[in-house]
Parts: sequence; C-alpha cells; structure tokens
Amino acid sequence: MRPFQYLSPGNLSEAISLLAKYREEAKVIAGGTDLVVQMRRGVIKPKFVVDITGIPGLDYIRYDDTQGLRIGALTTIRVLEKSADLWQRYPIISQAACKLGSAAIRNVATVGGNLCNAMPIADTAQALLALSAKVRTLGPEGERVVPLEDFFTGVGKTSLKIGELLVEIQVPVPLPNTRGLYLKHLTRGSIDLPIVNVAVLVTLEPEDKVCKDIKIVLGSVASTPIRARKAEEIMRGKRIDDALIHRTAQVASDEAHPRPGSIRASVEYKREMVKVFTRQLIQEIVSQYN
Amino acid sequence: MKQWLRLRVNGEDYEVFTEPWKSLADVLRDELNLTGVKIACNEGQCGSCTVLIDGQSVKSCLVLAPKANGKEILTIEGLAKDGKLHPLQEAFIKHFAVQCGFCTPGFILAAKGLLDENPDPTEEEVREWLAGNLCRCTGYVKIIEAVLAVAKGKS
Repeated sequence: MRPFQYLSPGNLSEAISLLAKYREEAKVIAGGTDLVVQMRRGVIKPKFVVDITGIPGLDYIRYDDTQGLRIGALTTIRVLEKSADLWQRYPIISQAACKLGSAAIRNVATVGGNLCNAMPIADTAQALLALSAKVRTLGPEGERVVPLEDFFTGVGKTSLKIGELLVEIQVPVPLPNTRGLYLKHLTRGSIDLPIVNVAVLVTLEPEDKVCKDIKIVLGSVASTPIRARKAEEIMRGKRIDDALIHRTAQVASDEAHPRPGSIRASVEYKREMVKVFTRQLIQEIVSQYN
Repeated sequence: MKQWLRLRVNGEDYEVFTEPWKSLADVLRDELNLTGVKIACNEGQCGSCTVLIDGQSVKSCLVLAPKANGKEILTIEGLAKDGKLHPLQEAFIKHFAVQCGFCTPGFILAAKGLLDENPDPTEEEVREWLAGNLCRCTGYVKIIEAVLAVAKGKS
C-alpha cells in the first residue's frame, strides 16, 4: 500500500475543507471494507485518507409519515439489517442489507460507502433505486439533493463533486399496497459478488390486480445499476396476469447489457437469469397480495 | 509518518507507534506478538483475521491501524481465563472442529460475536453468521456442531 497521511476530521465542515484542499489526492474512508482492498491492490493510491467515522450525527434511521425515511450515510449495514422498523416499513432495504458481504463486513460497512463505491452490484443501491431514493450531499458550495438514479455515472463513479460528501439517503413514503423483493444470485452462499441481482417493487390494486406502479432494478448487467424502464412500461397500468409477467421479464432481459468476458457468467446466462428472476420476483410479490 | 495509537487488547492497555497504512492485523501480530490473529487472504474474505472490536466481529485485515485507536479488542489469546479455556475453545476440541487450526481463531471469535448477541441461534443462523469464515480442512460440519453445542449448553 502506498504511504498516505491519515486525517480524522471531527466535523463535517472540517472534512469538506480537507477534501476541497486535497482534491483528487484524497479519498474518504468510512468502514473501509472496499477502500482498503482497493488500496492494497493498488487500484487507488490516495496521498490523504480522510476518515469520516469520527463525525457525529451521521448514523441514524428516521421515519415520519410525510417525509418518509431518512438514513444517515454512516449507518452501518448491520444496523440496517437489524432495524425492526425498517423490516416493517421498507423490507426491500433490509433484504438487500442482509445479503451484503458477510456479518463481519456488515458490522463496519456503511450504506453511504456502499453507494459512493458505486459498483453496479451494490446491494443497497438496487433496493434504494427501486424505492426512488434521493441522496443529500454537502460540499464547499453547499447542499444538493440528487435522485439516486443520477448519482451513479459509471463503474466506481458518482456525480459527487470535489469536496462533496454524501450525508443522507432519503426515501419517500411508498404508495399504499406496495411490496418489494430483492434477490441476489450467487454461485456461493455468500461473500461472493453476484451473477445478477434484481430488485422489484410493485404497487398493486388488490381487488382488480391492476399494476399501479412497478420498478425493476437490475444489477451486475451494466456499468451502473439500471432501471428496466421498457419492461416497467409494459406492466404499468395493466392488469397483471401470467402472460404479462412473462413479457415483462423478457423485455427486462433485453434491457440488460452485461459486458462479455466476465469470469462469473456469460452474457447469455446473465440475461437469462434476469428474465427468470424478474418473472419469479413479480410472481412472488403478486402472490403475497392474496 | 508513524503515529501513536492507544488500544486495549485482551484487557491490557497498549501504546503502539505505527504507520497508518498498517492494518490492525499487522499491529496485533507484529507489534503485540499476538500471532493467533492470522492473515491469509488479506482482503476481508476468509475471516482468519477476525477479532472482536468493542464486542463486534470485524475483519482486522481491513481495519487501518489508526481506526483502532481507543478501541477494546479481543483476540484468541484473550479468551482463556487463568489457564481455563473458553467454552467455545473446549467445544472445538471436543467436537474435532480443528485440523490445521489456521482458521480456528477467526471462527471462534466470530462465533463468540454471534453468541454474545444471539445466545440461542438456529443452525441456519450459525451457518449464515459464519459465512464470512472459510475452512479448507474440516468441511465445516464439526465447526457448526461445536458452536451449536455451546449455544445449547448455555440455554
């Protein structure tokens, strides 16, 4: 690992000043479970490592009936996993959290870190995108609130500007009769990077089975997590039946564009799994309404 | 660019002068001679470096040394009290859950982290919790048995 200077700001404005001062030579560390690995491999070589875990007030899960959910960026994945409130209100986030890495990783990894690391496989990203989450950032020029969809710009790339820190994730109150599921398809039981991961959120009128809204998020099949928008359009506003589910799953599969040459799975297999899991997740969600 | 760290390890206070790019695993092994902490993958996958930090199981190879400042750390060396083995250590012996022993400290500390929080886990929960610890020798069956035996013994 290349030598660096370790800095530990005690508050947000100190952290932002450091990041603004050292610019591309500085990297933020929170849990470190992605960063340390990348530094050790020489993928990134910061001169300054800015540890933000000393900043108070960024570790919380708050909910209210009008604003919805607010999660502090330094909340660990383990805290998300264990929150009974979250399981009750936004179980798709809890499902994603409990699939991340392994228990010891989840004890220190943070949701902010998972998003800022910006891998197309990021577990919490899939669930939060399905929920139309936004992220609040703080920087030298002040505060911004950005839809999570616009936050990821490429593999490992975000729309964060120099000096900016992600401080909060905001999730709106879901429409009534909304249910979601997250699935991570792995070769092994855990730890491994997924072949594909899929998050589906459905809002259904239970009496007439009309799909009021649907979000399909696909991970590991593009340079960022993606919404399968064409597939969503096929289903949105229609009465859900098996034929429609199959068509939707097929279109979702067509929207996936995994890169060839992945050691984990071929393009064809990944596309097929997107189809299979989109179908299975929608079917499972619909059956939960009965 | 070395800096001072204060750590409490296995009940004793230490001051260590080390570079910030060393991991906690490096510090425990090289500065404090606690070689029960093993480094195998050095990537946070295999769990052989697992220690308890403030009671939580953590992969010490991924903890940059300065992050451990002010923390309370438990390694395998800190489990036995006055020469008497911890129930987990005894169970691993009794249930033949140790072969080469390289993964064992990590497994035992991970298991302690689990049982401290959830004293009566199901087998599923034990397997899920220990998914971050890899063993090349035993095939895991005896390890799971040992952990469950301790859990049942406690409840």
